[in-house]
Amino acid sequence: MSVIIKAPNREQNVSFLNKLDDEETCVNPGDVITENTDFMRGHGTYQASSNELRASVAGTVERINKLITVRPAKMRYNGEVGDIVVGRIIEVQQKLWKVDCGTRLNAFLNLAAVNLPGGELRRRGADDELVMRKFLQEGDLILAEVQKVREDGYLNLHTRSLKYGKLGPGVLIIVSPSLIRRRKQHIHNLPCGVTAILATNGFVYFCPLVEEDISIVKEVDSATRENICRLRQVTLSLAKHRVSLYDSSLLYGFEASLHFPVAEIGFESNEEEWLAEMKSRIDRDQQS
Amino acid sequence: MELLSDEGFRFDGRRAAEFRKIQGRLGVFDHADGSAILQQGNTKVLAAVFGPREPMASQRGAVSQERCIVDVEYSRAAFASAERKRRARGDKKAQEISLSLKKTFEATILTTLYPRSAISIFVEVLQADGGDYAVCVNAATLALIDAGIPIRDVCCAVSCGVAIKDNVAYSLLDLAYSEETARIPTIVATGMPKTGEMVFFEVESRLHMDYFRAHQCI
Repeated sequence: MSVIIKAPNREQNVSFLNKLDDEETCVNPGDVITENTDFMRGHGTYQASSNELRASVAGTVERINKLITVRPAKMRYNGEVGDIVVGRIIEVQQKLWKVDCGTRLNAFLNLAAVNLPGGELRRRGADDELVMRKFLQEGDLILAEVQKVREDGYLNLHTRSLKYGKLGPGVLIIVSPSLIRRRKQHIHNLPCGVTAILATNGFVYFCPLVEEDISIVKEVDSATRENICRLRQVTLSLAKHRVSLYDSSLLYGFEASLHFPVAEIGFESNEEEWLAEMKSRIDRDQQS
Repeated sequence: MELLSDEGFRFDGRRAAEFRKIQGRLGVFDHADGSAILQQGNTKVLAAVFGPREPMASQRGAVSQERCIVDVEYSRAAFASAERKRRARGDKKAQEISLSLKKTFEATILTTLYPRSAISIFVEVLQADGGDYAVCVNAATLALIDAGIPIRDVCCAVSCGVAIKDNVAYSLLDLAYSEETARIPTIVATGMPKTGEMVFFEVESRLHMDYFRAHQCI
């Protein structure tokens, strides 16, 4: 087996992948956005004095009617109702699990908001609270939906569907949530026999194809394992070059990378080649 | 020892009111929410920001319903200065700088936006050549911007000394280590240039009033 040792990657974006809109204005913290008092202040702005609206983060200014917001390139995930998230159980408490999903405060998964495995009906009482750790214990990964954003900032999750629940064997990659493109579907069954979960909180999970019920765990064959590894490498490269992640970017990236063995996808010279191929396919799609 | 030569140059060839060369880069750490490395002359500081996140068990006591906790840890690498030093953190000097950095960033960050959360800032001096506190503030601000944490303004700091030559006081901007140790009156100023606010101001030693009047900047 050959061993390849290389210097750390140059942190450089492949320039053709990202283009800035000319119309967008970029601001830095403290910059005055407007002195007009007609506007409403949104996220990323603050009122310095009675007539000055200043930016509080570095990013692009967005204007929707009278609301002005500044969107930074990188930010922690802010939960919204209906979002699909992947999270890790960090604590089992009475009647609820505490879940870490990259938010500024932990999320809660109530015992009442889960479907027990096998569709078993739950009897309320002290007994089932005692066996909570049997279903989900510390360190488990779950796929859930945001049920409610509480007033104090905590998220309430639920897994009341067969689509959601404890995740089986697979690979987790954490990227910036701003890279995940919001779509109707966030769970994709790819033709290579892998299910890709692009959760809105930036947690990307690859696992062998799941059928209707996520809780059914099968053995993983070596071809699927290799595909998962390839997808992981592709995702890391895409995240490095700040390409937004969604089904076609992932799928085209995967197919373009097939020219290279998995271990060589991340090489700078190869990266440029397959990223260009992926980009041209996406462009062609957009034109047609 | 003359800090300012007859021709008006300092040890490292700068004019009195000249900065050292500044170089910086954002996003050097993957696992932190925001990070930056900043080099000012030969002083080099690495800053990493984590959060806003759930407070750690050790921070529980400080949790507030109105604002988020800001914690700053300043440390100096053992190889940062000419003499190798054990005990990278925890000494009195480091504690003092940590505390003033904490005060600085509590005033800079819009803390009321994140009640019950905590923001941790770690700054590590990799190379120390004067102006540690000032470079730490600048590096940490860059890291906060990288993390997308709302701040009032770009908070920046500079150290400044006074050199007296032929009974005229000249202010020396951005002191290097050799000038810091020359026992001259120094100030460290932290401010927000766009809003025009002063955040932190520290004066060491005294200066005669007469020099203030004759104070000159070149």
